[in-house]
Amino acid sequence: MNASAPATGTPSAAPRVATAAPAVPTATRGLLLFGAFVAAMLIAPHVGGYPVFLMKLLCFALFACAFNLLIGYVGLLSFGHAMFFGMAAYVSAHGTKFWGWTPEVAILGGAATAAVLGLVTGSLAIRRQGIYFAMVTLALSQMVFFFCLQAPFTGGEDGIQSVPRRAILGVVDTKSDLAMYYFVLAIFVLGFVIIHRTINSPFGQVLKAIRENEPRAISLGYQVDRYKLLAFVLSATLAGVAGATKSLVFQLASLTDVTWQMSGEVVLMTLVGGMGTVFGPVVGAGVIISMQNYLAGLGEWVLVVQGAIFVVVVMLFRRGIVGEIAARLKRG
Amino acid sequence: MFELLGIPPQAFFGQLLLGLINGAFYALLSLGLAVIFGLLNVINFTHGAQYMMGAFGAWMLLNWAGIPFWVSLVIVPVVVGAFGIVLERVFLKHLYHLDHLYGLLLTFGLALIVEGLYRQQFGSSGQPFVNPIPGGTNLGFMFLPYYRGFIVAFSLAVCLATWFMIERTKLGSYLRAATERPELVQAFGINVPRMITLTYGFGVGLAALAGVLAAPAYQVSPQMGSNLIIIVFAVVVIGGMGSIMGSILTGFGLGVIEGLTKVFYPEASSIVIFVIMAIVLMLKPAGLFGKQK
Repeated sequence: MNASAPATGTPSAAPRVATAAPAVPTATRGLLLFGAFVAAMLIAPHVGGYPVFLMKLLCFALFACAFNLLIGYVGLLSFGHAMFFGMAAYVSAHGTKFWGWTPEVAILGGAATAAVLGLVTGSLAIRRQGIYFAMVTLALSQMVFFFCLQAPFTGGEDGIQSVPRRAILGVVDTKSDLAMYYFVLAIFVLGFVIIHRTINSPFGQVLKAIRENEPRAISLGYQVDRYKLLAFVLSATLAGVAGATKSLVFQLASLTDVTWQMSGEVVLMTLVGGMGTVFGPVVGAGVIISMQNYLAGLGEWVLVVQGAIFVVVVMLFRRGIVGEIAARLKRG
Repeated sequence: MFELLGIPPQAFFGQLLLGLINGAFYALLSLGLAVIFGLLNVINFTHGAQYMMGAFGAWMLLNWAGIPFWVSLVIVPVVVGAFGIVLERVFLKHLYHLDHLYGLLLTFGLALIVEGLYRQQFGSSGQPFVNPIPGGTNLGFMFLPYYRGFIVAFSLAVCLATWFMIERTKLGSYLRAATERPELVQAFGINVPRMITLTYGFGVGLAALAGVLAAPAYQVSPQMGSNLIIIVFAVVVIGGMGSIMGSILTGFGLGVIEGLTKVFYPEASSIVIFVIMAIVLMLKPAGLFGKQK
């Protein structure tokens, strides 16, 4: 992608620049911010936060963070992440409902499915770069959509409904929304920490090097395709964790989760929050989920508003909310 | 042969014709995408929405103003193409110096807006459209409805005319030169920005033309474009966007393969093009007619 980008491109506009300097202090400040966020989320349900809404937010925030790992740190735009989210939701819902899986098994099962799917689709998609990569992932996820539409285990148009909420490890009851909420929060924190560790590891540095200048990374002797594939699988797996968790929260897995619109939504969340920023996807998920909540009664206008947000963000503030704030702070 | 396979020839040729019709739309749409991408470096995600606008344009003119299909076939592509030109002037031209991904994201957003507005206005169910050439003829081995024959012939003619214009005329040579080296062509005194604008308008007009053609063949519905455009993306990945003739051949070829899959293994017909895309990516990553960068 970078190789084909026009030389005239101003650096401040490309997605990669939004990351700012990643050195250690930023990471520490990031962790402090994250600690504050978790503390706020811990008390949120006790100060009027509606647990189901908060759980939805956390699931999508994790989904967007997983997506951001690819676009923000490897420079790969996947337009098919719904396939991992949706497939994992189906597997976890099916296992829970028909095979008596407990929540942690269901999430592991969903994550494993997404990982395998990510390995297969990723090894195909990384053969092309740039917008071809986006088109390939979109087409593959549409194939998964048609598979889910026809396969018997997904329940077709009905989906898998009334998935029971079983006890975690057979011990901790999740029937109450509050108990489920803390379980979801724990999963989100785990997922977020994994992503944070990844992007601040030597592996993450190589990913950023690939994003900045792929031919150079190749000439330095890195097996770029392996790094890309590993990042893709990791991103797919975490998207799967988010999808599996969501199916347990809403006790439902349906075709909505595998549609291209869902893939578009996660792109939108990340874009609004700020591609390549640590917290951007979380903020973006918060904005988009809240917006959907408020506009739920307006029918098709939601689609129009989402489209308009895409246009406004791309035209006016490509760094996203968090990216713009970070840039302002840096400027002083 | 047909008795051996247990498939009546009528069904076989009927599906073959349906495949050719689908292929005609794949070819027209992927051609437009390729022309736009060649000059603008933008993957036009709005292409599906513009195709849908073409179909609805014909529907609205017929049902609200009584304007016949044949007039729409000329007017609607021009109007929708003009709409494309406005989009290019207002939005797209500001993104050329950026990463290509932003063009994709912007046109995706525009597609959502257009589709949302049409759904708000018309609901998501399909609208019927009167067949402009009713009837058909029995060819002995199959029944050929006139309009279906017309779609294949007409779209083939449009595709070949486009190919001729780009590969064999002076205007086309400017276009190809601007695709390779825009600065140099500009230095020769050719107004490249205007050429880019008109090219986008032309590509969008092709999509709208496909939409008008599709109106009597399929149901006219707001989501007809988004369902199709993803398949067309796969077609484009399979063919590669380097060659005009390649786009045409790939479009028709894949339509036929899809139609034949419906005869022999109907369950796989909705995914066969994606499977072919996966195989092509494994064997020839740049696409059948593409150049590896």
